Amino acid sequence: QVWQIRLDMHLLNHDGNITDAASIAGIVALCHFRRPDVSVQGEEVTVYTPEERDPVPLSIHHMPICVSFAFYHQGTYLLVDPTEREERVMDGLLVIAMNKHHEICTIQSSGVVMLVQDQILRCSKITAVKVAEITELIQKALENDQKARKEGGKFGFAESIPNQRITAFKMESAAVDTNDVEEQAGEIIAKADPPAEVIANPVLHTPGTAQIGEGIESSWGDLEESEKEEAAEEEGESEAAALECEKVETEDTSTLRKTKNDEPIVLSDSEEEEVVILEPQELPRKTR
Amino acid sequence: PQGRLLCGPGLRRSGAGLLVTKCGLLRHRPGGGGAYWVDSQQKRYVPVKGDHVIGIVTAKAGDVFRLDVGGSEPASLSYLAFEGATKRNRPNVQVGDLIYGQFVVANKDMEPEMVCIDSSGKSSGMGIIGQDGFLFKVSLGLIRKLLAPKCEIIQELSQLYPFELVLGMNGRIWVKAKTIQQTLIIVNILEACEYMTAEQRRQALAKLSGT
Repeated sequence: QVWQIRLDMHLLNHDGNITDAASIAGIVALCHFRRPDVSVQGEEVTVYTPEERDPVPLSIHHMPICVSFAFYHQGTYLLVDPTEREERVMDGLLVIAMNKHHEICTIQSSGVVMLVQDQILRCSKITAVKVAEITELIQKALENDQKARKEGGKFGFAESIPNQRITAFKMESAAVDTNDVEEQAGEIIAKADPPAEVIANPVLHTPGTAQIGEGIESSWGDLEESEKEEAAEEEGESEAAALECEKVETEDTSTLRKTKNDEPIVLSDSEEEEVVILEPQELPRKTR
Repeated sequence: PQGRLLCGPGLRRSGAGLLVTKCGLLRHRPGGGGAYWVDSQQKRYVPVKGDHVIGIVTAKAGDVFRLDVGGSEPASLSYLAFEGATKRNRPNVQVGDLIYGQFVVANKDMEPEMVCIDSSGKSSGMGIIGQDGFLFKVSLGLIRKLLAPKCEIIQELSQLYPFELVLGMNGRIWVKAKTIQQTLIIVNILEACEYMTAEQRRQALAKLSGT
């Protein structure tokens, strides 16, 4: 006679990278689980109920944790722990499962990207670091839970859900390094409110000046130009046509100046930096 | 009460009584015998006949396209189901294109089927969605709110910038404005509308239009 254990996972909501989250959830659930105690004397098997004897944990040898890597542009760019939007536009995915003893348990590669040997080695080094952090977090959480149960404190799923706080359908604000904005295309993650503060006031031309096309001057003229050059994956290339006519009219301006631009003024980079709409948010961009 | 009582989504009959199968607010409509249903919030879509949805073309299999609509199975769309399509005149659909269509067959036993024409053969807004723009996912409750007649959110947004908007009942929204930033701003506002009150939304929009 043996014990049979079954692990069911219900995905309530996700913002990408289900593999990693599911692996952590699974291994923590197994580590946390307690089975009824059993004693065997010859042919006699006695199973004790939880009231008679404390249930015992499963014997887990190691905790393999998955870490996912998303590749873009044939391996030029690498993102650890991609979000939903990043996953949708990635070229390839590499999943490495490792335990804290740096033993690789699984490597899985998918997508249309061809990986070089040193890339995979680099990824496994990153994985080692991440797995160490995550395993430590798991240990601490399990210890806290054990302590809480012993001392009679509050524990369990119901207690770990924060009250009075919206946790579903909510996006964290992420800090963006504005130094690289002109050089690299990439995701622009911002909440609705922060961009509002710095958006230029729509400047209307004088009545009587008929303008077909852009009526509102965008202070992001230069920024768009660089974005167009990088050819971001989500924004199509035909934006270039719309940007062409904008370039002639807008070209610039800081949000404070409401001048109508007759000639294209190209600002120096440093000025542009101050004007860049995306401001770093309070929370740093999470690497997990 | 006279008349037939209609049991809507989230409720199920069991014996003489009703069982609630979803969590949410119980709503009641008094007309003609009455209707009860549970207004629940979810992100996962289940294909329903007659729903207009946005699908992503994942494969072309002979005469049929496979679309990802966010359900448990990919939907199929025949190439003849477009306005003005004949065997010689095929629509120009590539893998990765966005299609706005409606379901003609959608039950839990079969693969769902979609078409891009209505019963009279006209496309009435359905078909291949144009280039550019941005596709993102929201919860189904927000889509229903946005599809209500005279939706405040859409009216307030339209005073901000001109933009094109396609709402799919499967939780997908496609937005296209003149510039990339305008598109992203609209995307962020629509996503944030999930949990913003009307007052907060108006404040955010006021800040954006600079008044």
